[in-house]
Amino acid sequence: MVYLTRKAEFSASHFYHNPEFTPEENLRTFGKCNNPNGHGHNYTLEVTVKGEVDPRSGFVVDLKQLKEIMHREVLDAMDHRFLNKEVPEFLHQIPTTENIAIAVWQRLESKLQQARLHRVRVYETPHLFVDFYGEK
Amino acid sequence: MKAHLSRRYLFSASHRLHSEAMSSEENKTTYGKCNNPYGHGHNYIVEVTVSGQVDEKTGMVCNLVDLDTFIEREVLARYGHENLNTLPEFAGEVPTTENLCIQIYEIVHRGFAHAHLETIRLEETMMNSFEYAGDQGS
Repeated sequence: MVYLTRKAEFSASHFYHNPEFTPEENLRTFGKCNNPNGHGHNYTLEVTVKGEVDPRSGFVVDLKQLKEIMHREVLDAMDHRFLNKEVPEFLHQIPTTENIAIAVWQRLESKLQQARLHRVRVYETPHLFVDFYGEK
Repeated sequence: MKAHLSRRYLFSASHRLHSEAMSSEENKTTYGKCNNPYGHGHNYIVEVTVSGQVDEKTGMVCNLVDLDTFIEREVLARYGHENLNTLPEFAGEVPTTENLCIQIYEIVHRGFAHAHLETIRLEETMMNSFEYAGDQGS
């Protein structure tokens, strides 16, 4: 088994708000992130896939295909977007880094052919990141 | 769904690597420059990884304010701008980054109740890092 990781970057804005909370509760829970006008980050995405090395190609996965899938499924949808308003998953779910990692996993998992998804890592800043391994 | 959240914090501290159990020659051979009696310092980066179910109401494994407040109070205030050799936990133990990593793990494991501690990863320099995930046997 070999693990391969591909990085990508995207920039997006978001805010944290739960309509079931009172305004005070939202502010207490989410602080500055509750500003309804949003704020943004340069996100770094790391997608790790795993598999056996194909004896003919010497690849775990065709990197070109992986790059295309990441672009089509994730970057086209999220780069330079207001996540709360433009990305279907986040119309009714808070676009925290945790939920972004889960959404990226769900977008990619069924699209990979050769290799299996191992980990999705999303950096919101260089000092904060979330890993999702597809665990329930 | 279960996710892992990692947060990186910086603190600066000094230390000297010297073991009372070794002769001064042995100390010099083992620790080299790090045995300088005046000590030296590092900018440490501590990477804390916690895990848990993503709360449906907040979308979070745990509130970052809780984690930041805890780490600042219990770890950064304790070790930032200190000489590690003068602290009680290193009275009988060499303040290597391995031992410091274990100490930080124990502090977070004992005191942080909002999520499950997975690992502490401690970078001493950009070239050296150490990771501890609790005593899992050998």
